[in-house]
Amino acid sequence: MTVKEIFESMDYGLAPEAAGDALAWIVDQGARFGHFINGEFTDHTDGFDSKNPATGEVLATLSQATQAEVDAAVKAARTAQPKWAKSGGHARARVLYAIARLLQKHSRLFAVLETLDNGKPIRESRDIDVPLAQRHFYYHAGMAQLMDAELPDREALGVCGQIIPWNFPLLMLAWKIAPALAMGNTVVLKPAEYTSLTALLFADICRQAGVPKGVINIVTGDGAVGEMIVNADVDKVAFTGSTAVGRRIREATAGTGKSLTLELGGKSPYIVFDDADLDSAVEGLVDAIWFNQGQVCCAGSRLLVHEPVADAFYAKLRARMDKLRIGDPLDKSIDVGAVVDPVQLDTITDMVRSNSAGEVYQTQTALPATGCYYPPTLITGLHTADPLMQEEIFGPVLVSTTFRTPSEAVELANNTRYGLAATLWTENVNLALDVAPKLAAGVVWVNATNLFDAAAGFGGVRESGFGREGGWEGLLAYTRSKGNAKTLKPIAAYTGDDTPSDPLDRTAKLYIGGKQARPDGGYSRNVYGKNGALLGQSSLANRKDVRNAVEAAAAAKGWAKTTGHLRAQILYYIAENLAARGDEFAHRLNALQGGRSGDKEVEATIQRLFTYAAWADKYDGAAKGVPLRGVALAMNEPTGIIAGLCPDDAPLLGLVSLMAPAIAMGNRVVLAASQPFPLAATDFYQIVETSDVPAGVVNILTGNHADMATHMAKHLNVDAVWSFSGTDLSATIERDAAGNLKRTWVNHGKMRDWMGSEGEGKAFLQAATEVKTIWVPYGE
Amino acid sequence: MQTTTTSTTTTATTSAQLPQVTEPRNPGTKLDLDWVARVQANTSAIERRCATLPGRRSIKKDHQAAWLLKAVSCIDLTTLSGDDTERRVHRLCAKARQPVQAAMLEAFGMPGLTTGAVCVYHEMIPAAVTALQGSGIPVAAVSTGFPAGLSPFHLRIQEIRESVAAGAEEIDIVISRRHVLEGNWQALYDEMAEMREACGEAHVKAILATGELGSLRNVARASLVCMMAGADFIKTSTGKESVNATLPVTLVMIRAIRDYYEHTGFRVGYKPAGGISKAKDALIYLSLIKEELGDRWLQPDLFRFGASSLLGDIERQLEHHLTGAYSAGYRHAMG
Repeated sequence: MTVKEIFESMDYGLAPEAAGDALAWIVDQGARFGHFINGEFTDHTDGFDSKNPATGEVLATLSQATQAEVDAAVKAARTAQPKWAKSGGHARARVLYAIARLLQKHSRLFAVLETLDNGKPIRESRDIDVPLAQRHFYYHAGMAQLMDAELPDREALGVCGQIIPWNFPLLMLAWKIAPALAMGNTVVLKPAEYTSLTALLFADICRQAGVPKGVINIVTGDGAVGEMIVNADVDKVAFTGSTAVGRRIREATAGTGKSLTLELGGKSPYIVFDDADLDSAVEGLVDAIWFNQGQVCCAGSRLLVHEPVADAFYAKLRARMDKLRIGDPLDKSIDVGAVVDPVQLDTITDMVRSNSAGEVYQTQTALPATGCYYPPTLITGLHTADPLMQEEIFGPVLVSTTFRTPSEAVELANNTRYGLAATLWTENVNLALDVAPKLAAGVVWVNATNLFDAAAGFGGVRESGFGREGGWEGLLAYTRSKGNAKTLKPIAAYTGDDTPSDPLDRTAKLYIGGKQARPDGGYSRNVYGKNGALLGQSSLANRKDVRNAVEAAAAAKGWAKTTGHLRAQILYYIAENLAARGDEFAHRLNALQGGRSGDKEVEATIQRLFTYAAWADKYDGAAKGVPLRGVALAMNEPTGIIAGLCPDDAPLLGLVSLMAPAIAMGNRVVLAASQPFPLAATDFYQIVETSDVPAGVVNILTGNHADMATHMAKHLNVDAVWSFSGTDLSATIERDAAGNLKRTWVNHGKMRDWMGSEGEGKAFLQAATEVKTIWVPYGE
Repeated sequence: MQTTTTSTTTTATTSAQLPQVTEPRNPGTKLDLDWVARVQANTSAIERRCATLPGRRSIKKDHQAAWLLKAVSCIDLTTLSGDDTERRVHRLCAKARQPVQAAMLEAFGMPGLTTGAVCVYHEMIPAAVTALQGSGIPVAAVSTGFPAGLSPFHLRIQEIRESVAAGAEEIDIVISRRHVLEGNWQALYDEMAEMREACGEAHVKAILATGELGSLRNVARASLVCMMAGADFIKTSTGKESVNATLPVTLVMIRAIRDYYEHTGFRVGYKPAGGISKAKDALIYLSLIKEELGDRWLQPDLFRFGASSLLGDIERQLEHHLTGAYSAGYRHAMG
């Protein structure tokens, strides 16, 4: 074209980013890669090709790690870990700072290599992925520096096995490695087999950054290698990827004592209210669903539009779609690049093809003749019952329906198994601040979308996984409380003769929905004192009782909306009523357990209630220092319905130690009382009954922990299971929790001193809450 | 009236600076206050769109040269100084006729390229009209008590009439900012309509003085009201406010133009003015117009840059494109 012709047409032309340096780096490495173990690259062995999805060309050949290689990597990490942890926060800060600097110095090389390997537009890898990766290392250099002073009670977990996806290869590596290293852990990381190259380049620069040998190990390969890492001698598994694989990892690590965080799929709602800046909301969708070809776990893929503006909004959106430029991801004027692999392209194509509902609109732009491209797609007129409204597509496909009222918008938004992110657009601050907390999501963006920063927690609820990455909350996933817990000794129920010790028969029932309820099965067991006296009978709850208790808890959802002040008042009231009957409870505890420590336990229980009454209105969120004009609010929200298996020892204090933090934070609980000593709990429900606790907020069951645990863990409407049972049910609970990927907090058969400081505090509050990050950019 | 037949240069390209050449003029509509009230402009989202655009569109090599030449054709080459003289205006007009060295234009295959217009104060209209005789380049005059627009209303109207009589084919009026700040949309509409009326056949550009309107929402609403009252162009600034043309303001105004077009079928032009001095900025503006309004608006009948120093930077970039060597300002004729 001549200049004059261009002058008339005003086309953009081509603006390709040069790939020479990145390709030269691959050639310098021999275009055949091994693994990075103990500070060295291993020789290339049998493996697989890494291809450029935009062209289908082979970029390099990678190695499929063997069991021996994974073992060697884990061993190197294990060997290096104690020294790395002991080197101190400042020493680690220097290393992380050096990594950040090197990422910055080689930023274009990383960006180009990422685009070659993944197919994402160079604009994204250059302006988003790589700068955010740097930011993560800078931020966590600071966390390493502050660890000794700010987290004196925390220590590294040890060796972390980390498995990351192909959609943000370098960025997810940074999210995983930076906090792990900052806290003194060492890592074995497996990049996705489609996109391992930037991880290998990262390994290359680690040597220049002074990362000690063995602190970072990178092994390549497919899911089989991931499985080896999960099953290896690691202390923690961190996984980002699909919900299906996350579920398998949950099952595989069940009962092993390995710490686990999962960042999984999503079907995130994108809500547009009628008073929104519609043009800006349309533009936001470009960043929500056409960013990285829609291959984003938190993509705003489910568009919900307010009816009064729906037609106008769709018209604007379709017009905007036709402006998207699709093609060579190395071109600097491309909005939508290549899908990562032909397999993924087929998945997207099949999912859209299988749908016959609604109206499909695809961009009019021509796609490149070769390479993995899928046109940006909008499907309007879908309904919640349509599979595409429920299933994650993981491609540039936006599905949509409309709503009538804000409350219907919330209902539609939450009508999903997922809960990763949500976006809402409105110019009304009342509406925004009302809706944001009601959305079931770990991250909410107001009048923006896909904002990320190292200071702000990211992660999901429901089947989008658990754990947060970023911020102080993200460090919880890479540290543990200092100290070694002793092994818990099981406590057997006492046996005795059948002479009743109570002059008048009392019936201990279950406490469900604010009512005393007889057990569904109609079975009870005798409870004997240490001296063999028959103290009474306790009900044996079965799965239907668990179900009924969860139903009652679900019905009490208003509790989550009560004020911290009100919940504090109720906790104080419980303490007051317990104190009034203190002697009776002390006597009961002595009779159940033997000994004379009942009064001490009652006193400790009253104190515990005071502790959480105190916390009820003081467990504050935070306003994060994110680099934009706006705030990122970290709000502590109740986890939801928590099922708890109470400790067998401390039958009253243990129960209250679970109940009080949970209800203080706005949760509803279903508690299985001490198995050998259930009668303190059944006495206690009378206190609950008379202390203004709304029906269904506290439900108390008695019976066999093992029977109840599996039904609690499998129940899809339970959001978390805690187990401090004397029976080690950790494996069962963690495995059965995989169904809805509920959070678990189990004792792995370790003791906890309920009378001491570890019987209360922040750990309980953290388990009782989910951090929701609400981004509110502002400005007039 | 602009004509296309009076050109004296044999290589003249067709001039299409004025909207009436290819577009029916915007007749205006009734004042639709519901529509005005509905308008929203989310500042942070608009800023993000603008901040990321340069990273999303890159124009290189021949395309860059062609786009910069397009920018030249859209410049309202401007002098609005208290010390303007007739001879100074003559020099500016000579530059408008030959904005880029003839040899360079030949090399690009674009001989005869001129700027979009020359923009002066009323008193300088005769000098400009004389100097531009036969060039096809229209004279634009700032008017209505420019820049504050606070002289007696009848004098502002009279000023328009006299400028038109003196030969100005485009009139850049300033709106009364107070009408916007007081939310008196009816007053703004009436004022604009009367000014449009006074312009007769001359085209009217409504200067919103966006730096003084307080919010992007006000910019959006004022844009709509002026279009409803019959503005042919809407223009950001006088160049005399402390904040003049910006990308966020541009985005808001061109989205208003797009909405107006979608509702009425009439295309209104856009002119950012003040503060655009770099070739790179010009490319970003053009790409924003292309993205949000479409290619039709990338012509001087619907788009102008109000600028005085932009041309010099573009000339240097164009020479670099031809020679591969970075250029110096003194190599190019001053305007």
